[in-house]
Amino acid sequence: MAKILTRAFLGLLAVLIGVYLLMPVLVIVPMSWSESPYLAFPPEGFTMQWYEKFFNDAAWMSSLGHSVSIGLLSALLSVVLGTMGALALVRGKFPFRGVVMGVLLAPMIVPFVIVGLAVYITFLGLGLTQTTLGFVLVHTALGVPYVLINVVASLSSVDRRLEMAAMNLGATPLGTFFRITLPLIFPGMLAGALFAFITSWDEVVVAIFLSGPDITTLPVKMWSGIRVQIDPTIAAISTISLIVILAAFAGQGVFKLFASASERRRRKRIVTMQEELA
Amino acid sequence: MSTVETAAAPSTAAAPKRKYFAIDGWGALVVPLVIFLVVVFLVPLVAMLVKSFTDPEPGFGNYVAVFAEPLYMKVIMNTFYVALLVTLVTLLLAYPYAYLMTLVPPLWRNIMMVIMLIPFWTSVLVRSFALIVLLRDTGVINTMLTDIGAIDEPITMLRTFSGVVFGMVQVSLPFAVLPMYATMSGIDNRLGLAAQNLGARPSGAFWRIFVPLSVPGVAAGLLLTFIQALGYYITPALLGGPQNTMIGELIVQQVSAVLRYGFAAALATMLLVLTLVLLGVAGKFLNLEKALMRRS
Repeated sequence: MAKILTRAFLGLLAVLIGVYLLMPVLVIVPMSWSESPYLAFPPEGFTMQWYEKFFNDAAWMSSLGHSVSIGLLSALLSVVLGTMGALALVRGKFPFRGVVMGVLLAPMIVPFVIVGLAVYITFLGLGLTQTTLGFVLVHTALGVPYVLINVVASLSSVDRRLEMAAMNLGATPLGTFFRITLPLIFPGMLAGALFAFITSWDEVVVAIFLSGPDITTLPVKMWSGIRVQIDPTIAAISTISLIVILAAFAGQGVFKLFASASERRRRKRIVTMQEELA
Repeated sequence: MSTVETAAAPSTAAAPKRKYFAIDGWGALVVPLVIFLVVVFLVPLVAMLVKSFTDPEPGFGNYVAVFAEPLYMKVIMNTFYVALLVTLVTLLLAYPYAYLMTLVPPLWRNIMMVIMLIPFWTSVLVRSFALIVLLRDTGVINTMLTDIGAIDEPITMLRTFSGVVFGMVQVSLPFAVLPMYATMSGIDNRLGLAAQNLGARPSGAFWRIFVPLSVPGVAAGLLLTFIQALGYYITPALLGGPQNTMIGELIVQQVSAVLRYGFAAALATMLLVLTLVLLGVAGKFLNLEKALMRRS
């Protein structure tokens, strides 16, 4: 009896926490198509005017463009640096391992407001504030830990006998790496790139320090929008931002499905070949 | 690319004299990343530290100013107070949630995980905006309560202390639940059954077996929550009032409004040192690396 009561209580609490967590998403999306300009809930009618307003506004479009290009560039740079780092962490030998590990994970821990201030002070003198390069450098630092984590995970599950087999059959070390290892860790790299992109896409605190009339990212533009006046355009942009993130995750999910399906086909082929040989 | 080629050579062949400084081909691949992070991440932090002692004039003036002005001390105390309260509320909500995840069948566990991860990957800005829409006087909650006749006057929730805590706990929850669940799912449930076999009541087995075993994950999760809460900027700035200013907001204000870089750098340095000390102390007892690694 006590057990049932406890479980019921836990279940109820979990439902409430679930509502609490999902509430923002559940409220924002319907509001973005409401006809009322006052963000009334439940939404009245259905309109796409807030989306049109966003897509027809040159300032919003410029910030969207900056966000996309900064996000893609920092995801790319994160993947290159992070994958190399992960290879070193899993397979390599290098001195000061503990210190290096601390440096690699530090961007996840240091509060963004500190990173923002430090980078602002430094970049100001170098003329890197309000430049795409400045944003990409910082966002790469913030995104790299996610690539590391994902690639380390997929590298640890790579069967090194496959690489040895390739080299036994005459492949060069470089060829082995690009034709055996890289395809095997590609899903981890993709997941890492995705997280790095989203980190950059969502990042607002450091971006506030680096933004200005020349370059503003989407979150910073939203930030100043919210502080001045809240209207359904912000809800529409939030929805678009959510869709971008969900699409990225869905894309990764589909890729994973395809990858595991082709893996299954390959296994099946091997089994039939073995049967034929027997 | 020569690094990759050398990597294939047996690493034991060329064992250097001093083993401690040994680096092999694979290990060398970490060098570009370390250089990148030192230049883009560590050098700016050091520059900030220097600035806090040199701007506008050399000395400890900026640090003295922090402690001399009661208003700034109030902000610092408020920051600690909010962070502690957020951590406490997060514990009360995250622990049962993570515990329930270990009890339910896999399908439900996945659903609970997704519910936790959706806000985790939704921007803090979007969520704070949603909370404004929910909590303001003409917002969703007040309108609903008025419509069903529960209240006559709207309850002020935005720009209040509880508004800030409400918003920040929501941001913190996933960070706490993920390491907690990871530890809890590793606890062998036969231990609890054994205790009950030996005569313990289920509640006794829970409190004396399960809870102590879950402490490492809980402590790691809460520590990360606390550290993060100290540095929050967006949520308190949007949901709190001038009464509940936190240190992150003060830092931005000092830079953007009054251009006191040195003073802002001093505040940020203090926050950074505190963060590192907390991590250092906790790192002696907890596997924080693991807790961080579980985030994605």
